[in-house]
Amino acid sequence: MRELDVGLITEAVARLCVEACCELSADVRTLLEKARTEEESELGCFVLDQVLANLEVAAREQLPICQDTGICVVFLEIGQDLHLTGGDLTAAVNAGVRRGYQEGYLRKSVLSPLTRVNTMDNTPAVIHTRIVPGEHLKITVAPKGAGSENMSRLMMLKPADGVAGVKRFVLETVTAAGGCACPPLIVGVGIGGTMEKAALLAKEALIRPAGTYHPDPAVAALEKELLVLINQTGIGPQGLGGKVTALAVQIETYPTHIAALPVAVNLQCHVARHRSVIL
Amino acid sequence: MATWKELHTPARPEELSGLTSGDRVSLSGVVYTARDVAHQRLVARLEAGQPLPFDLENQALFYVGPSPTPPGKIIGSCGPTTSSRLDVYTPALLAKGLKIMIGKGPRSPQVVAAIRRYQAAYLVATGGAAALLAQCVKEAALVAYPDLGPEAIYRLEVERMPLIVAVDPQGRDLFAQDNPSNK
Repeated sequence: MRELDVGLITEAVARLCVEACCELSADVRTLLEKARTEEESELGCFVLDQVLANLEVAAREQLPICQDTGICVVFLEIGQDLHLTGGDLTAAVNAGVRRGYQEGYLRKSVLSPLTRVNTMDNTPAVIHTRIVPGEHLKITVAPKGAGSENMSRLMMLKPADGVAGVKRFVLETVTAAGGCACPPLIVGVGIGGTMEKAALLAKEALIRPAGTYHPDPAVAALEKELLVLINQTGIGPQGLGGKVTALAVQIETYPTHIAALPVAVNLQCHVARHRSVIL
Repeated sequence: MATWKELHTPARPEELSGLTSGDRVSLSGVVYTARDVAHQRLVARLEAGQPLPFDLENQALFYVGPSPTPPGKIIGSCGPTTSSRLDVYTPALLAKGLKIMIGKGPRSPQVVAAIRRYQAAYLVATGGAAALLAQCVKEAALVAYPDLGPEAIYRLEVERMPLIVAVDPQGRDLFAQDNPSNK
């Protein structure tokens, strides 16, 4: 059985936090550049020019793309033949977040929900683990800002609402968010499972490479249709009007109960940060 | 619409009155940072009849909680936060002389009405363009509430900050559905 020291996980998480916050991955950047060529509204173009110029400055100056460097969501895919040594996995991930946010001059935005007392080091991370075949560990770090997270929603639809109900709920969520979620957005949608599964699916949809389609052609068709519908709302970049309200719609599905149709919509602003490594 | 207009702080009435929602402006001068808790404390002081830590007359507030300042830099990344969270505090500050607010997203009808009453303006910066906006900051000094960390009030000297007029002194609102320049 392969062994992996959790100290290496701490190092990887720290590095991924800084990279994710200061340099947007190529998939999202490509969609933003495409959006700039498609946008026609004057203010929309003004906003997209600033968004693209900001990416250059952030990378050059090693500054966070956005001052809201988020609460750190960490996905771990752990091979079932991997043996982790040297300490507690959760503590190792949090140590990485602590180090990354300290050394990278990233904002510490995490606090107790009721007392509102800041933990001062951006821990704890929100950690999702999955056991998979193999002997490797895949780490994905996705710092999530509150502007778009606050406008995300979940609804337990009735089966009779069907696909039309799903489309209506996604559109209502994007429209209600307006400019508050910092469009152009990536819209993550989780359909099926249970309440918590739908929410997790929506988040997982957001860490898929941006602009890729679901392997199931029917789901991919729904992604494309929703993107067109969302971009017909006219909300536009930053809600100032325009053609580009979303860069992509990404859906994940899971079987659900005969009596249920859970749908979660997780909105992601244009600073769609995600970085992965396989150890 | 959409020619660049120069705007300076402390606010000048002749510049403010020439603004139309949808205008792009380049702002230079002093802005004070403030977000949720700082607003709460400022309004609490006003209600208690206590003086504010700085004079609000003709001043500008920038809704921002910057990232930490790296060594050798003036400030960390500093883009706008969502303005609507501060709507409940804003009319009281406008009554005290506040003239310019910088944030992102729409304001409540009460705030739009107060902007009109006090001949003020609400400007939006591009959300997420935080490293770019940091380049406009030439000086930063702590003014109040250091215990709030990134939410403390700072006095920033800014040059040519690129903004859009969202609500002008006549109360024309770029986010309102009936604004012709919105679509």
